[in-house]
Amino acid sequence: MADDQMPNAASDVEMNQYLADRGRVNEDKIRQDDEIIGQFGEYSYGWHDSDEAGEAARKGIDEQVVREISADKHEPGWMLDMRLRGYKAFVEQPMPKWGVDLSGFHAQDFKYYVKPVGKQAARWEDLPDDIRETYDRLGIPEAEKSRLVSGVAAQYESEVIYNSIQEDLARQGVIFVDTDTAVREYPDLVRKYFGTVVPPEDNKFGALNTAAWSGGSFVYVPKGVHVDIPLQAYFRINTPNMGQFERTLIIADEGSYVHYVEGCTAPIYSTDSLHAAIVEIIVEKNARVRYTTVQNWSNNVYNLVTQRAYVREGATMEWVDGNIGSKATMKYPACILAEPYANASTMSLGFAGAGQYQDTGAKMIHLAPHTSSTIVAKSISRGGGRSAYRGLVKIVDGAEGASSNVVCDALLVDDFSRSDTYPHVDVREDDVSMAHEATVSKVSEDQLFYLMSRGIEEKEAMAMIVRGFVEPISRELPMEYALELNRLVELQMEGSVG
Amino acid sequence: MSTLEIKDLYASVETKEGRKQILRGVNLTVNSGETHAIMGPNGSGKSTLAYTLAGHPKYEVDSGQVLLDGEDILTMTPDERAKAGLFLAMQYPVEVPGVSMTNFLRTAKTEIDGRAPAIRTWTKELTEAMKRLKMDPKFATRSVNEGFSGGEKKRAEVLQLELLKPKFAILDETDSGLDVDALRIVSEGVNRAKEADDFGILMVTHYTRILKYIKPDIVHVFADGHFVKTGGPELADELEERGYDEYLPEGSDSESALA
Repeated sequence: MADDQMPNAASDVEMNQYLADRGRVNEDKIRQDDEIIGQFGEYSYGWHDSDEAGEAARKGIDEQVVREISADKHEPGWMLDMRLRGYKAFVEQPMPKWGVDLSGFHAQDFKYYVKPVGKQAARWEDLPDDIRETYDRLGIPEAEKSRLVSGVAAQYESEVIYNSIQEDLARQGVIFVDTDTAVREYPDLVRKYFGTVVPPEDNKFGALNTAAWSGGSFVYVPKGVHVDIPLQAYFRINTPNMGQFERTLIIADEGSYVHYVEGCTAPIYSTDSLHAAIVEIIVEKNARVRYTTVQNWSNNVYNLVTQRAYVREGATMEWVDGNIGSKATMKYPACILAEPYANASTMSLGFAGAGQYQDTGAKMIHLAPHTSSTIVAKSISRGGGRSAYRGLVKIVDGAEGASSNVVCDALLVDDFSRSDTYPHVDVREDDVSMAHEATVSKVSEDQLFYLMSRGIEEKEAMAMIVRGFVEPISRELPMEYALELNRLVELQMEGSVG
Repeated sequence: MSTLEIKDLYASVETKEGRKQILRGVNLTVNSGETHAIMGPNGSGKSTLAYTLAGHPKYEVDSGQVLLDGEDILTMTPDERAKAGLFLAMQYPVEVPGVSMTNFLRTAKTEIDGRAPAIRTWTKELTEAMKRLKMDPKFATRSVNEGFSGGEKKRAEVLQLELLKPKFAILDETDSGLDVDALRIVSEGVNRAKEADDFGILMVTHYTRILKYIKPDIVHVFADGHFVKTGGPELADELEERGYDEYLPEGSDSESALA
């Protein structure tokens, strides 16, 4: 590669000159970015509408709030106990001292339960006008009409209010409901699996979710059933200071297949918001689950998510994860490869713009022989943004023939953004195959020049290079999400040249 | 009929040792349909001339003018120069991972023409041009220059030349790294494109062998940052025989002997 480039003798001098101007450029860039992100907020993804329910909800969490949430949902005693365990762990556990800056995080500033409507709506027409309008802007009815969506569980202010399952899913025995409904209607199934992959005491923010969870999706796919079209969930945060604690539980029984897609957009607010979700997935023998996220939180959201899958013999788990936006993200989709020949992959993209810190990665825990895992983590930093890959590959003694492959690629769009890699490897078995590859690249002057010399404007040339970098992730997404990801990346890239 | 005029061009580059002037008073006029060979020893500044004309940000123009049909292109960005009708076939085409050749070529064509090419004729044009250059159809789906061999990269450059139809084509060491067969295919591509579009060619080369395939009308010797001699095709034969020694500063090695 190196000798394929033009001679680069001048670059050091140029760099020194550039560094001298850096302070000023830095400020200019960030101010420019702020304007763009401000516009971005007013663009197609940022708005907020009237919010009576949110204003009424009170801030903060204590044991009484946890009990009220549970009582309000008429939950069985075991779920209340689970919530209280979570609350206790949340109070007892210290804040993480690694990863993103959480000094601005104050648990009592958030609202923990906001209930917008009295009962769940079964049909689109039953939704209140302002909520329907909100969803119109998210394009849900169109998506439904196009029959691309096999079911929509749309979350609005902590409560799933709109829920539709197409008949063929039900006929196959697939359960796709919000998790609150699942607790009421499928208590045995929920109780059997809830909290088994992510226990209440797992981590501080997981504990908070366990205490205060509301909404999320519950999916059960029976033995041998292949769900042909992706199950999709849309939701967004619409109340300032409101915590969003959805709880998703997916069980893929033996030999089944399901692809779950989660897409998020959030409007801009002046105060910080919190998103602390848990996704638990059980992949039974020879089943396959793919979980796709394209999230675009506004740049004041703390996005602290625990995603973990338990993967049994011969089963496959795939996380595809696009993290754009948020103030700070900590998210490390994990797979426990519990039985022989289980395999898993994580493909993730983090985009850190000005004032953003994306601390993302993956965890692969190999507990059995011949398990295999792949991690592909890509990050883009610009405008002084910071992204980090933080990963763990653990292979226990006795997991002979296990293999793991990690690839981290970071792209720096300018000279004052930052990218770090923290790969942790813990291997206690000799007979394993491990590979780790990390690259950090800059959008090079020569790449830009090459495209520009073919008539392509600098801005579009930059966008092409970044889209190209993202392509290995976007090609894994359903078409409409791939387009959305590209559009979001392009919006984030605006103002990065000239 | 178009004209490219280079008038008393001086240009510099920043190096570790400081600013260094590389182009020192370049004068040249090229008309549509003419093929000029620009030959010279290594380090004489031939490639700098090529990149300066195309507007690479590394090279800074100190003084002089470059007029394309009377308009000074030196104030233009590289994309504006391309739209004005300039094309640079690079010695080391750059890889752009994740961007497919198809997407890249269509985007470039759209930008240069100011409108998107009609899908049906475009696909046909692309497929046939690739076939003539003996390129595997799979190239269209591969990332721009990524993992291409030297010969494949050069063919891809000539493919772009054929499709983008410039007024003036600068070929920077297009013959380097090519075996005889590839050299023939690439040269035929250039000749075909020129026959179709009658553009002017500035062919930068160290060796004379490409001149057997792409016949120059005028041959220039470039040394020490400017043209030192101009003649007809016979000048190339002379260089073939005697090398560049007489054009080198006193006391320098004759590492630039012709192969």
